[in-house]
Amino acid sequence: MSVLKKLATSVALAGAVLGTPAFAEDVRIAVVVKALGIGFFEAAAEGAEEAAAELGDVEIIYTGPTDTTAEGQIEVINALIAQQVDAIAISANDTDALVPALQRAMQRGITVISWDSGVAPEGRQLHLNPSSNSLIGNMIIKLAADHLPDGGEVALLSATTTSTNQNIWIEEMTKVMGNYPGIEVVATVYGDDLADKSYREATGLMQSYPDLDAIIAPTSVGIVAAAQAVVDAGKVGEVNVTGLGLPSEMAGAIESGASQSFAIWNPIDLGYSATMLAYELSQNGVEAAPGAEIPMGRMGSLTLDDNNEGAMADPFVYDASNIDQFKSIF
Amino acid sequence: MTRFIPVREAILAAAILVLMILIASRFAGFVAPSNLANVFNDTAPLIILALGQMVVILTRCIDLSVAANLALTGMAVAMINVAMPGLPIPVILVIAIAMGAVMGAINGILVWKLEIPPIVVTLGTMTIFRGIIFLISDGKWVNSHEMSPAFTGFPRAEFLGLPVLSWIAVACVIGFAIMMSRTPLGRSIFAVGGNPHAAVYTGINVGKTQFVAFVISGALAGLTGYLWVSRFAVAYVDIAGGFELEVVAACVIGGISIAGGVGSVGGAVLGAIFLGVVKNALPVVNISPFWQLAISGSAILIAVAFNARAGRTKGRIILKSAETPTGGTS
Repeated sequence: MSVLKKLATSVALAGAVLGTPAFAEDVRIAVVVKALGIGFFEAAAEGAEEAAAELGDVEIIYTGPTDTTAEGQIEVINALIAQQVDAIAISANDTDALVPALQRAMQRGITVISWDSGVAPEGRQLHLNPSSNSLIGNMIIKLAADHLPDGGEVALLSATTTSTNQNIWIEEMTKVMGNYPGIEVVATVYGDDLADKSYREATGLMQSYPDLDAIIAPTSVGIVAAAQAVVDAGKVGEVNVTGLGLPSEMAGAIESGASQSFAIWNPIDLGYSATMLAYELSQNGVEAAPGAEIPMGRMGSLTLDDNNEGAMADPFVYDASNIDQFKSIF
Repeated sequence: MTRFIPVREAILAAAILVLMILIASRFAGFVAPSNLANVFNDTAPLIILALGQMVVILTRCIDLSVAANLALTGMAVAMINVAMPGLPIPVILVIAIAMGAVMGAINGILVWKLEIPPIVVTLGTMTIFRGIIFLISDGKWVNSHEMSPAFTGFPRAEFLGLPVLSWIAVACVIGFAIMMSRTPLGRSIFAVGGNPHAAVYTGINVGKTQFVAFVISGALAGLTGYLWVSRFAVAYVDIAGGFELEVVAACVIGGISIAGGVGSVGGAVLGAIFLGVVKNALPVVNISPFWQLAISGSAILIAVAFNARAGRTKGRIILKSAETPTGGTS
């Protein structure tokens, strides 16, 4: 009797497995980030997991190099090709260097999209911008200008000289400078996304320009380091540090008054949208072409422009009124 | 008599002076006493690490894991501080130094007992330490608002006009000057690097001396780990990324022979100060960031070229007859 019972259960099990083929093989979406261990990308991974839970049959592979180099990402991409994942969603360390590796992935039938920091059009099917570059460029100068009704001197503290997104934002910012009369950008310096170098550069700015009113740092390492430099120089209230940062990392700077406000999109939403888009392209046969509207779950839909790029949402401003609410989220 | 006049140190000090005069001609505020104190304070971590590295290099080894050791200790003490905000700073200091020493001891044991080349050992442990930071922190940052005021305040506290951070560097310099010139350990470090075979015959255990050197270097890296994290008020995986090369560069510029046995405390300190002045001056004199790399690189090459020339001492001729070519007429 027990033999028959065993047989019955195994038949039932086999039936269950065959009945839901999707269950047997999850769609594997690789979320590749600039480097592991950066709060922003950890939050994006959280959003990707949220999308995976919503879609049901998706397995997220969150990966990236340990330092922000294109070489490291190429190795990661090659490993993912060998694993035959279904889709790769990447935030690139270099616009062009990754193209050959990603093209190889697409030749193998892997869906490739870039998000946050883009890849050249030939190396991906679409690019998801967290926000539109022009909106961010406008936002970073607006954040500084809002606290300078009578105008003043501002300086930029960027990441590296070759950072794709920082350079675009600064360029877009320069275009709208005419809308902010009286605001003068006196210098652009590079902290290389290292806390000590950014701190030193911020200190140097305050020395070179004693009348400096604001430091705009469109990078999460730079803005924190600059805020600390302002506190240590005793210039809280004189120099306002603003730009793009994470609420959890900037809570101290808002508390000390070194920063009045800063902005960021929601990285959770970004990881969520990237996963949704990768899934649509890979599983639902959606074609990424100029003008196409691709749904991305609770974030609405993404409209692609001529370069197959689309913007997710406007950056969101954080200040003393809402920092406590967000600092525990990301 | 010439060997009692530290020619190399004098030349380096003169080079630093010339450099400062050049900087002052473009930005007079740089040589103000208060700014020089800031520059020294900013260079303090590099000085402390360079002293540890000097000891290791003198014994014909190299420690590439110092920056990773610093980052791991820094992250660990930051997390301890978050978990137990009431823990007094002296306890934190002891933990930091002990942790660093243990990591140094791991390097030392591998070099001493398994006789693996130091560059391979420390290259390996460097990566392992960075990996451990990622594991213990889960990739998250420890931010300024999470640290206790005492934790971040200690290196900033002023004592006789200088911050504690600077005083710790001064104490290390004095301690090392005494250790290297007045203790059996200091002399055996020179002996091991100068001529390991001769050192064995004088009863010095070469491997054990190298082990001690690694422990010293590790302990200083641990101490700097706390100071670094509290000074910049942030701890994350990548802090002090690539700093190990700067530490080695400081030693090389300071005339410490990479082949071991030749070097001085004064040289290491001046080498670190030279790099510190360059790093702090470039942001205020408006020079392209690429020049910083070029200047540091040139300084290293010039220093090495100079050392190579100085090291080519004429051998003493014991047998006069050997000097004239013999058998030429046969």
